[in-house]
Amino acid sequence: MKFSYFPGCSLKGMGGAYETSLIAVMEALSVQLEELDDWNCCGATAYMSVDESKAFTLAARNLAIAEKKTDDLLAPCAACFLVLQKTQKYIKDYPEVGRVVRESLRAGGYDYAGSTRIRHPLDVIVNDIGLDTIKKTVKHPLKGLKIAPYYGCQVVRPYATFDHQDYPVTMDNLLKALGADVVHYPLKTKCCGGSLTGTLPEVGARLSNILIREAKRQGADLITTLCPLCFFNLDSYQDKMEGPEKITMPITYFTQLMGLAFGMPSSKLGLKRHIIPILPILKERQVAIA
Amino acid sequence: MTEKKEEIRTGFYICHCGHNIGSVVDCPAVVEYVKGLPGIAVSRDYKYMCSDPGQELIAQDIREQKLNRIVVASCSPLLHEETFRKATSMGGLNPFYFQMVNIREHDSWVHTDKNAATEKAMDMARAAVARVRFHRALEKKKAPIHPDVLIVGAGIAGIHAALTLANAGKKVYLVEREPTIGGHMAMFDKTFPTLDCAACILTPKMSSVKNHPNITMWTYSEVTSVDGYVGNFTIKVRHKPRYIIEDLCVGCMACIDACVFKQKFEDEFNQGLSKRKPVYIPFPQATPQVVVIDPEQCLKLKTGKCKESCAEACDRKAIDFNQKETIEEIKVGTVIISTGFKSFDAKKLPQYGWGIYPNVYTALEIERLVNASGPTGGDVVMRDGKHPKRIGIIHCVGSRDESTNKWCSRVCCMYSLKLAHLLHEHSEAEIYNFYIDMRTPGKSYEEFYDRLLKEGVNFVRGRVAEITDWAMNKDEEDHLVIRVEDTLAGFVRRIPVDMVVLATGLEAREDAQDVRRLFNIGCGGEGFFMERHPKLAPVDTFTEGIFIAGACQGPKDIPDTVAQAGAAAAQCLALIDAGAIELEPNTAFIDEQSCSGCKSCISLCPYTAITFDAVKKKAVINEALCKGCGTCVGACPSSSIIQNLYEDDQIFTEIEEVLAHV
Ligand SMILES: Cc1cc2nc3c(=O)[nH]c(=O)nc-3n(C[C@H](O)[C@H](O)[C@H](O)COP(=O)(O)OP(=O)(O)OC[C@H]3O[C@@H](n4cnc5c(N)ncnc54)[C@H](O)[C@@H]3O)c2cc1C
Repeated sequence: MKFSYFPGCSLKGMGGAYETSLIAVMEALSVQLEELDDWNCCGATAYMSVDESKAFTLAARNLAIAEKKTDDLLAPCAACFLVLQKTQKYIKDYPEVGRVVRESLRAGGYDYAGSTRIRHPLDVIVNDIGLDTIKKTVKHPLKGLKIAPYYGCQVVRPYATFDHQDYPVTMDNLLKALGADVVHYPLKTKCCGGSLTGTLPEVGARLSNILIREAKRQGADLITTLCPLCFFNLDSYQDKMEGPEKITMPITYFTQLMGLAFGMPSSKLGLKRHIIPILPILKERQVAIA
Repeated sequence: MTEKKEEIRTGFYICHCGHNIGSVVDCPAVVEYVKGLPGIAVSRDYKYMCSDPGQELIAQDIREQKLNRIVVASCSPLLHEETFRKATSMGGLNPFYFQMVNIREHDSWVHTDKNAATEKAMDMARAAVARVRFHRALEKKKAPIHPDVLIVGAGIAGIHAALTLANAGKKVYLVEREPTIGGHMAMFDKTFPTLDCAACILTPKMSSVKNHPNITMWTYSEVTSVDGYVGNFTIKVRHKPRYIIEDLCVGCMACIDACVFKQKFEDEFNQGLSKRKPVYIPFPQATPQVVVIDPEQCLKLKTGKCKESCAEACDRKAIDFNQKETIEEIKVGTVIISTGFKSFDAKKLPQYGWGIYPNVYTALEIERLVNASGPTGGDVVMRDGKHPKRIGIIHCVGSRDESTNKWCSRVCCMYSLKLAHLLHEHSEAEIYNFYIDMRTPGKSYEEFYDRLLKEGVNFVRGRVAEITDWAMNKDEEDHLVIRVEDTLAGFVRRIPVDMVVLATGLEAREDAQDVRRLFNIGCGGEGFFMERHPKLAPVDTFTEGIFIAGACQGPKDIPDTVAQAGAAAAQCLALIDAGAIELEPNTAFIDEQSCSGCKSCISLCPYTAITFDAVKKKAVINEALCKGCGTCVGACPSSSIIQNLYEDDQIFTEIEEVLAHV
């Protein structure tokens, strides 16, 4: 299995733990990732609201580069995943958008027919590789580890390409296959605050702290995410938590947990790149760390 | 194949159909145009050709002008072909010397350009006038109608139809797949809008069915094959083994008490709200009052090893572990399909939490929970053992929803009102109904809604976004929270409740497509069986002699279901009492001279109407079985199959002439 890989800016920066663990896990599953040549920022959601056609062109440039290869395009960051999909859909559904974008691309020597398949690694791992293979690859089941599966909003909304819009279960199933206990988590697709932590930090922090409190109430040891921005918001603002009791909750990428279960050395999984340290709870639950 | 040279004298009539045709097509211009066509003796227009004077015009012209061909340009043949054929024979001419042109549905209703529409009418008229020259006199064949009727599905629709027919003296086979008859209605405690007890009105009918000398009631049975045609169907019915000899069992239930199992299997009739043993009776008034053994669960049937205490307990020796499935063949003349509906699977909308939060229920589960003979005897106690103080009923779950089913399920607003009343009566809980629009059209229905408003039920307009157990504040803790945009108040509300009821919509049965194929009828896009005409033939299908009734045709309440069941029974009676039905003579026949005996037609015929005469080495078409589909005609390599009303020279002339204009 082979994919074109679009890391996006986050995975090269604050989401570094996501990238290292993803690459390690995919290697273990014999999936080849070829980083897209000369890729650029997808524009994230912010640019869309400033200038739509430039934002679409920016994102479409990546799609045009990917189209030259026939492989599907893997976009692990939930925002990239959404923006790329949205761009593709608008180019297809609104001929005027398509015309402007194609013209701009052509000026830069690019051409985009619209055929690139955009995939999220969670979808690929569970639906293409399959849970049977995952179970076979697990060396140290994450027994006794209670996990709140947090999807965030962007990976299933508005485009529910591989799971239910309001109540996805793909990651739940993956975590169970790793041997973990998945707690009931009613806020699994509620917003983490997104970029509000940058613009209105009190509001953003309050939203992400709601998620942490609820995970605690449901008995979770940690929260797992698939989005670098969610990870950042959840991990970084716990000191801003209001209320009497102090709660801390380690945050992980699902790929880090896969790596642990696969028995990979912690150096490959970015386990030290957390503000809320993760190692104590892993030790407490006697998760084997290679 | 014109029989002898005769002078063709054609009468042409164009109908204005009031404004329907007349306001778009210039009828007088068409009349003038047709006058110039070969063989035309009369060309006229008239406001309503289908009226008595219109028909008389044709008959009179045939007599006085010695017409021998008739063409009428008007509406769809589905509507009035028979009318004009009759007018043609009133004039003394064989009715098949007639041809109809549809300039309404195919022309005036679908075009706005008057000139072009008029030209199109001329083209179509020219083609018909040319075609009708090649028509021949044909005779309609009569098929006798076997007086027995098959009814498939014994919900209230099947039950009502069966009793109507049986009371009229007809013999009915009522085939039900489940171990008991009764359908959904048997699960209800009370019925809207009168709140009369469902059992009180249904169970007497169920026992009448059982005891009626004219009804053969087969439960735990299914139709496996259907052959033949109207008046003359051969049906095979499979009886699944109950492992009980029905004639011996008296329903004393001693075997159930004796069974070694605890009650540990989901009780389907109670929607899984209680448990039963592998040997069971679905509910106290089940008809027939005969137990059934589930072979997937019974120790003896699964493993062969059990001390068989049930058999020991039965002093009538009614238990028979060796029972096998049997197939029975019957002959009937007409069929009613009344297989009902299936409730929307609430799992498909996980945001409403069914299967995730124990205190979220479907409406059918609540029907059982408030039922005096239900799993709790009518006590509204939730899965967590508590009694609810506040209940939310959510309308349109799996109805009027782009992501699931687009249609309105018609009964959910009304049954939600009913359940609001019953839940309040049984629990004194405060009740909230969440609706998009209240839909209560029906006799005394709006009044029922009014009554509920006065009873103090809260109504919130808005489609519920989600049910969650995430508490935003103290008041919400340990509750289910209903999050909804209140579109009348104009803000988002979070309403904490203890219990949630999902008013799940009505869908076609999972196997509706199989049943459709079995009986050769149609399904609409939503999967419900299709009626021949939505207004004028609501219980007919496109297959002669097969009728539909009840919720299998589309979501509907009990009054409408019963009305349809009565209508379907009346349609059967009309055929049976006529004794015979005239068949369209549009069947195919073999030209023996040129048939090479290659047999290619035989396997193609969907009605197995073609056989091979081994002596003559020619194919033979059974006219009674042929439905005139034309498949063999097109496939015959030596053009040796001819179909009445669709002969080569008729069709080719028609095509040539209709295209002559281009
Ligand atoms: C929760 C709820 C509450 C309701 N409350 C009311 C109310 O208060 N008042 C009211 O007027 N209406 C009410 N309705 C509507 C009512 O249920 C229907 O109008 C009615 O049940 C339709 O009857 P039916 O005979 O067409 O179908 P069903 O009741 O579905 O019966 C069909 C029968 O056919 C059998 N069957 C199916 N397929 C086959 C097959 N292939 N071979 C043999 N047998 C087969 C089934 O087992 C079943 O016995 C309610 C509906 C729901 C969902």
